[in-house]
Amino acid sequence: MTKLETRSLTLAYGDQRIIDNLDFTVPEGRITVLIGANGSGKSTLLRSMARLLKPLSGSVLLDGKDIFRSPTKETARKLAILPQGPAAPEGITVLQLVKQGRYPYQSWMQQWSAEDERYVREALEATRMTPFAERAVDALSGGQRQRAWIAMTLAQGTKTVLLDEPTTYLDLTHQIEILDLLFELNEREGRTIVMVLHDINLACRYAHHLVAVKDRGIYAQGEPERIVTAEMIRNVFQLEAHIMNDPIYGTPFCLPSGKGRRLNSKKGMEIAHV
Amino acid sequence: MIAVLERPASKISCLLLGLLVLTILMAVSILAGARLYNWHTLVEAYTSFDGGNEHLILRTSRVPRALIAAAVGAALSVAGVLMQALTRNPLASPSLFGINAGAGLAIVAAVAWLGTATMSQLMWVGFAGAAVTAFAVFLLGHSGRNGSSPVNLTLAGAAVAAFASSLTSGILLGNGKAFDQVLFWLVGSVANRELSMLTSVLPYMAAGFAAAFALGGSLNILAMGEDIALGLGQRTGLVKLVAAAAVVVLAGGAVSIAGPIGFIGIVIPHIGRHLVGTDHRWLLPYCALLGAMLLVAADIGSRFVLMPSEVPVGALTAMIGVPFFVTMARRNRYA
Amino acid sequence: MPDRNQKFGARGARSNYVAVRSSNLPFSFMAEKRTAAVVLILLAVTAVAFIVSAGIGTMRISPVDVLKVLFGSGQELHATVITQFRLPRMVVGLLVGASLAVAGAILQSMIRNPLASPDIIGITNGASLAAVTFIAMTAGKYGIRWLPLWAIVGGALAAFLIYGLAWKRGVTPLRLVLVGIGLSSALSALTSVMLIASPLVIANQALTWLTGSVYGASWSSVRILLPWTIAGLAAAFILARQVNVQELGDEVAAGLGTRIQHNRFLLLALCVALAGSAVAMAGGIAFIGLMAPHLARKLVGPAFGGVLPASALIGGVLVLLADLAGRTVFAPNEVPAGVFTAAIGAPFFLYLLHKRRTAS
Repeated sequence: MTKLETRSLTLAYGDQRIIDNLDFTVPEGRITVLIGANGSGKSTLLRSMARLLKPLSGSVLLDGKDIFRSPTKETARKLAILPQGPAAPEGITVLQLVKQGRYPYQSWMQQWSAEDERYVREALEATRMTPFAERAVDALSGGQRQRAWIAMTLAQGTKTVLLDEPTTYLDLTHQIEILDLLFELNEREGRTIVMVLHDINLACRYAHHLVAVKDRGIYAQGEPERIVTAEMIRNVFQLEAHIMNDPIYGTPFCLPSGKGRRLNSKKGMEIAHV
Repeated sequence: MIAVLERPASKISCLLLGLLVLTILMAVSILAGARLYNWHTLVEAYTSFDGGNEHLILRTSRVPRALIAAAVGAALSVAGVLMQALTRNPLASPSLFGINAGAGLAIVAAVAWLGTATMSQLMWVGFAGAAVTAFAVFLLGHSGRNGSSPVNLTLAGAAVAAFASSLTSGILLGNGKAFDQVLFWLVGSVANRELSMLTSVLPYMAAGFAAAFALGGSLNILAMGEDIALGLGQRTGLVKLVAAAAVVVLAGGAVSIAGPIGFIGIVIPHIGRHLVGTDHRWLLPYCALLGAMLLVAADIGSRFVLMPSEVPVGALTAMIGVPFFVTMARRNRYA
Repeated sequence: MPDRNQKFGARGARSNYVAVRSSNLPFSFMAEKRTAAVVLILLAVTAVAFIVSAGIGTMRISPVDVLKVLFGSGQELHATVITQFRLPRMVVGLLVGASLAVAGAILQSMIRNPLASPDIIGITNGASLAAVTFIAMTAGKYGIRWLPLWAIVGGALAAFLIYGLAWKRGVTPLRLVLVGIGLSSALSALTSVMLIASPLVIANQALTWLTGSVYGASWSSVRILLPWTIAGLAAAFILARQVNVQELGDEVAAGLGTRIQHNRFLLLALCVALAGSAVAMAGGIAFIGLMAPHLARKLVGPAFGGVLPASALIGGVLVLLADLAGRTVFAPNEVPAGVFTAAIGAPFFLYLLHKRRTAS
């Protein structure tokens, strides 16, 4: 049980306010995805919830305690964050990287306890990186590298995991790979996952709880099938779109209007319209 | 970026104003000092030279000094602008990239091993040293995305300078004669230089200035990025080559006359950009002027700061440069 | 007890890693077999270099005789030459090399750039300025034994000034580097001014110091330097985890529960102590702090647990060999070791730059 919430949270860069007076509670044991236009503040919000960015006013509470006043190591045992585009030191192996995830539990004398080893082993298994454990991280593919980083955050053994755009620089295959992994982790272990995604359709498919960030706050939040409407897309993204149900998964699917080749007849268009 | 001077008219008038200020500064530099001279004496020194002490000092000490300060200051500033444009790095400057140290090393080596003695020979050696280090530095600045980052280039320049100066020290230690002759090169100064040093290098420096000013428009395009410039039909290789040659001639020439004078090449372009923006066609002449003004003023200062002793102007510019450099480093843009 | 059941890696392959745990004490760490092997080899190399170096000089002494002296049973003449003149110098060289190398390794991890070295945070130039000022003021005569203290104070002051100027709600690597280089240039200019303003014989002495040399080191020098080096290396060992985690970047490190600014300050202070003591004793020996950690990383990978011993040993051997060259190459003249470290350092450094260029 780790309750993560914000109270009257205001975030700013210099004079510019990014998030204003926000009250938000992260649903436990679910996958929450933050979506929004570029610069809407979703990454900023996520980073602040991970205590990486100090608020102008308001607070972030973890189990009722102000996260900025708690010892950071204690927080690290309950909350893990994978920032955007992390850089691994040259030549580091997957095992060495994942081992770093145990930092909050180690001391200079205890650097590789049996428990540490167990967590690392399980993290590698969960991300299917065991065969690559002793390979250098920079020699891996993009998807594998990201899995190694996720394994590190898993080894941290926290109930809640935050991920800032974990799929942004990956091709489609690897995007699905990562999202499937996170979905499994949530299903099997009940971990609370909060992530920022750019792809609305993937967000609808994988999120239990969708949060649309706009105008320094939350425009709408809830199950994707409830909140994703043409009006919402128009207001949040300034985009005209048709919303339909994904023919295979049944989750909302967003079809943006615009130019491009039209192979459908008028009839085809009618079917697609919701 | 919002420049202080926006309209061409105001830019031209400020340029003329600057020229006036420079003339005044040079006059002060020539006439003031341990002894104060007046205008008449100066004119007489050239029209009816009588071989007396006053005329001698004016002609062989004061005037050369002021002229050299102006020329070196202008040359270093323009070289700084060019380097910053070439490496697309606002922290580039001849001193920070070890060009000074490289020139110094070449000079010391020549004195110690080749027995080079005359000023003019030493100057060409200094040129060569500056060219070699400039070449190494441009190799770095011309590399992929990772290699041109401000940190990498600054660190690399510092390491090159460290290498050059430790070798220099080694040579100086082993060779007493060299030590004696060359120690004064270690710190930049415009004092005790003969006018002939300036005049022999002047044609080349003038060519350097001309090339630099002519490149103004091309540098504007290059500043938009290699790919864009190529897409617009610019022969980027040629532009960069000419600019690099101009840097070598200007910075090398300055170093060979006056020794290593730091920070001017980094401070002045910044002030210049603040005044007239990033259009190189204005930036280059403005920086030349500002550089001349700064070094002449610094030289005047170096004579009065610790009267009656003189502080070498290189040390003075280092002191002025530090707070400036630190402030720049603290700005959000870099960190 | 090493756990041989551990299996990481591809099926069937032997693991490179071994868990070392004690059943009664709360003590455990992960050892890498390859790193251990490399460190042992480096130890052997150091020992060989040490023995060989002790035998070379104006009087040649065979390695066998050297060993006899070291174990207390050699000829008296040999013993005098070795223990009075050569040994203290070599030991200081090893300590200085190890200190500079480890300080460089810590900095390169913190600044996340393999081109970083102790010089850029002002230690060398601050110490140099202090040392040259001291030599000039005392006319190189009395109180030469106070020189190291002056130097280390100068180095520490410069480093803290740079830290303070780079501080703006915390210190980032980039700001530290930029401020460090700016201030170091100024300090260097001031040092040159002092050099010029002094009479030639003083300037010569100062220049020797600046170039870096272990000439004239005695057993008292060893006594002064040894505690600093040992304490510094021990502290580095204890702080190894912090070094490792800083290398992952500020955001990841914060997410893992590191007190970033606190650790950064501690590590910088440690660098100042290590590099400062080395520079105070031997002057501005160039490039060791840059070369040694990089070579170490090539051999054992980036984990600081391995980089620490490897770079300490490599640094020590480099200084030892540079000093040997300084004693012998231009015999009977003594060339400061700093010249040779620069002579080797330059090609290495250019190679480093070129490699990074083609890699990116």
